[in-house]
Parts: sequence; structure tokens; C-alpha cells
Amino acid sequence: MEGVIGQGLEADFGLRRGDSFRIDLSLSIPAGTTTALLGPNGAGKSTAVAAIAGLLAIDSGRIGLAGSTLDDPSADVFVPPEARRIGVVFQDYLLFPHMTVLENVAFGLRSRGVSRVEAMDRAGSWLERLDLTTLERSKPPQLSGGQAQRVALARALVIDPDLLLLDEPLSALDVTTRVELRRVLARHLEDFPGPRLVITHDPTEAFLLADEVHIIENGAVTQAGSPDEIRLRPRTFYAADLAGSNLLIGRASDGQVQVGSHLIHLPEEHIHGEVLLTIRPSAISLHRGPPEGSPRNTWQTTIVVMEPLGERTRIRTGAPIPLTVEVTTEASRALELGEGEEVWVAIKATEIGVEFGGVYTRSR
Amino acid sequence: MFVVPFLGLLARVPWSDLPALLAGDVVTDALRLSLVTSLMATLIAVVVGIPLAWMMARLDFPGRPLVRGLVTLPLVLPPVVGGAALLFALGRRGVVGAPLDQATGLLLPFSTWGVVVANTFVAMPFLVITVEAALRNLDQRYEGAAASLGAGRWTVLRRVTLPMIGPSLVAGLVLTWARAFGEFGATITFAGNLQGRTQTLPLAVFVALESDRDTAVALSLVMVVVSLTVLVALRERWWKAL
Repeated sequence: MEGVIGQGLEADFGLRRGDSFRIDLSLSIPAGTTTALLGPNGAGKSTAVAAIAGLLAIDSGRIGLAGSTLDDPSADVFVPPEARRIGVVFQDYLLFPHMTVLENVAFGLRSRGVSRVEAMDRAGSWLERLDLTTLERSKPPQLSGGQAQRVALARALVIDPDLLLLDEPLSALDVTTRVELRRVLARHLEDFPGPRLVITHDPTEAFLLADEVHIIENGAVTQAGSPDEIRLRPRTFYAADLAGSNLLIGRASDGQVQVGSHLIHLPEEHIHGEVLLTIRPSAISLHRGPPEGSPRNTWQTTIVVMEPLGERTRIRTGAPIPLTVEVTTEASRALELGEGEEVWVAIKATEIGVEFGGVYTRSR
Repeated sequence: MFVVPFLGLLARVPWSDLPALLAGDVVTDALRLSLVTSLMATLIAVVVGIPLAWMMARLDFPGRPLVRGLVTLPLVLPPVVGGAALLFALGRRGVVGAPLDQATGLLLPFSTWGVVVANTFVAMPFLVITVEAALRNLDQRYEGAAASLGAGRWTVLRRVTLPMIGPSLVAGLVLTWARAFGEFGATITFAGNLQGRTQTLPLAVFVALESDRDTAVALSLVMVVVSLTVLVALRERWWKAL
């Protein structure tokens, strides 16, 4: 376990909680990259946060950050939470209700022995970066969910941490705020030089924010890979369900979206700007020849993978736009579909879900 | 229902003689003693009671139900019994009192410190119970958040835990002080009734009722005014949040 890589997070640990629950996790996050830990409620995500933040001691394994060991029971090393340099944005944010916004953000600096004047100054400049200056004197109960989220982000970043750890950063927000704040979050994740870990149960969040997604189920990682790998080749039922919806990102104008080399037609003409398209696999039909009739979105492609799931069959298609398609097994037999076969895809414009509001596309 | 007794008291106040009565040394001695001992008792309750409340709320140790029972016992026990128990324990021949006397020459019964001990014994449970309940209701994740921001245990307690339970803490302090200020049974049993040393306001009222009604009424008026002032002032300032 010697030789930690650079400035990243190296975590490989086991932790028991109670008699029946145990998590085993192995994460390696290089500096400058974002990993998402994606899993259903009760999968052990919060336990993982607590272990990395030092709020729970691990039973076995090791957690290392930026070249030093934070927790290693076999070597009798345990760095307490207050001595770890980890910026945590907690679920529900946990802003201190009795302090002003400015005092909340300055808290980490004051606790680390920075003088009052300098702490207030540095906290103030972070609030400015996050467009929160006017709320400096407000108390957290007066803030909207979106404002609270940004304050929590400022409070985590101001201490100049070695790791940025976000626990369900967007789940407390309503849908419209979520889209906007995902963009804010993506920008600050990008700016943060160290490793970043996002804990979430929301696949959209994970796929859009992270370079690497780890799926966690019942305390163990069941699949890890890039968002595309997980989407296209899910290996567990949970991952398959997550991958269920096709996710396309593009820029709309006059109701049309350019995705790669292909133009997708949306249900309404007046849609403009950044959009996130979702298409249910069962809303896509496959044909042996060019489809006739109403669907305006059709193209020719190849079947890459076929997975029979009882009465339904899940099919993954290739270029120009890789999609997950679900057809009845009966229909698949009738069409004599098979891997490597040429097919035509057809999607009705009305079956395409459109989410507005500037989806942030990461530069890879 | 709540007002009638006070009206009765006001009706009996000998207003013209009041300044002279209040200036009498029985009254001034008792008032001074009551204020000093009740505040001392509150202070001791803070120093001993808050850590005790924290232990009961946060630590899982064997015998915790028993400790909780013992802490709350003075709430239900007749104060006279409490005072008697203190006497048996801390008296000149008591289990603790005898060694204490030999070692330090300190005798608690029938001394001002005895009044403080009796007051603390009776009043501290109010603080322990309110603070313990508040600590249990506090979302401990806030303390974790503070720790992750670099705050050590002491800073977390001082800047997060205590301020967050602030309203309950103040409520507990006020109840504790008020209970100590009005303490009678345990004080008279354990500390006796010596003017200027152990005769607090309630004791002075009790004595005066037998001999000098006007002084008794004046003393009662002082108690009502002091208590009411403190309760109203603090309620306005702190309990709004509740």
C-alpha cells in the first residue's frame, strides 16, 4: 500500500455498521478529475462520506489523500476530521443556523487559526465569487435552497481543501433550481484543482458531473467506468435501470438539436438553447427498412448488443447516435434482429423529453 | 386563578411603612443572601450539570438509566427529605461530612455554603433535564460538519453545540435559578435559619409570618418583584425563539 499517486484520493477500505451492514469500497481519484459514487438509498453512500471525512473510523484498509495517510487501522493511523483537509458539502448543507452567511463561510478558517479579519476577508471574496455578497448578513433559515447550496459550496472551498466531497449536492433543490445549480456546480468542480467526489442517487447528476462513475449497491461497488461505459454497458440490474433513459446533450435552435453529425427534431419549434434530451428505450422503434409515416427522427444503424430480459429485449445501437432500445422479445424475433444487423431507428418527436436551462457540457 | 394570590398580597401591603420595612436589616440580609446563593447554585449547576447532561445525552454507558433516575430524584423528592439526606451525608458525622471536616475543617451544614449546596441539589435537575433533551434533539450532523471544517471538540461545543441549544440552555438556567431562589425545605433542614448566614428570603418570610405580618408581606413583595422582573426580561429576550 506504499506509494500514493500524486495529489489524488486513494481509498480502499472496509467498514462495518451494526451487525448486518458492511461496506467495501475502492476508489482512486486523481487530482483534477471528478468521480461520482452513484447508488440507491441505503447502499452505503453516507457511510462512505463519513469514513472519508473522518467522522467514522474504518475497520480495515486505508484512506490516503494528497500523499499522506488519513486512516489505516493496521498502522494505527487515524487523522481526526478536524485535521483532514477535506471540503465537504453535506446533504441538506448543514449551514449553522445561528451564524450569518459570512460567519458560516469564515468558520473553517477561524477554526484553523486564521485571524478574524483575514478570515472574514477571504470568506467575503468567496461569497463574491459565488454571487452571494448581498446575503452576507443573512441567516441560513432565510436562504432559498439554491442560495444555501452555494453558501455550502463556498464554506467547503474557502479552506482550500485537498479533496472536495459533495454529498447529494442537488437533491434538496426543486427541478428548475437544480438545472441551474448543476451548471454552477460543474463550473466550480472544474476549477477545483484536487480530486472531487460527488455522492448521489441521481444518475443525471452523476453522468453530467463526473468523469468516472462508481455504482454502489449494498455496500459494494458493482460497476465502475466512464458515464458512457455505464450507460452503454450496464452490468447490473440497477445500472441497467439507470442506463434506461437515453440522455442526449446538445444545443437547440428552432426545435432542432444537433447531436454529433445528426439533427434531432423536437416536439416544438420554439425550443432554443442548451437542452438535455431524454428518450425512454421503449419509445424507440426498430425497423428493417426505412420507416414510413410520422416519425421524423430516423436513421440507419447497427445493433451492437442484444440482451434478452424475459419478455423484453434490450438492444444497444451504434453510430451515429448510440441508444438503448427496448422492444418486446416477440417483436425482436419477428424482425429477426441480431447483433451486427443493420436496422433503422425511429423516434417520434413527441416521445422526446426536453429539459431546459443550460446543461453544462464538460470539456473532456 | 393565577392572579388572585398576588392581588391578595398586594391588598395587604402596608404601602406607607414599606420603605422603612424594606430597609430593615432582616430584609436586606435575606435579599442579599438569596441572590448570592441562588446565583452560586446556578453557576455550580452550569459547571457540573452541563457536562452531566452531555454525558447522559451522548455517551452510552452502563447504569445510565440509574444515573438519570438519581439526577431527577430531587425533582420528585420532598425538599425536606433532600435536606435531611444532605445532612446525613454531609453533616459533622456524615459519610462524607466527617472526613471532609477532618481534612479541611469545612462544615457545610448551617453555613452559607450549605445553602448553596441545598439550592444546587434541588435546582440542578432542571438544567440537566432541559439541556439533555436539547442535546438529544440537536442534529449531530452539524457537529460533524463543524469538525470537517477544522473545529476541534472544544470549538465545536463552544461555537456550534451550545449556541444551537441556546434557547433551551437559557430556559434551563432560568428555571434553575428560579427554583434555587425560592428554595425553602432543603435549605431550612440542611442549613438552618440564621439571619445573615443562612436565612434566605423564603425562610425570612416563614419566620416573619409568625411574628411580624407586615415584614412578611414586604419580603414576599420583594420576592415577587425580583422573580417577575427576571422571568419577564429573559422571556422577552430569549424565549421568543421557542
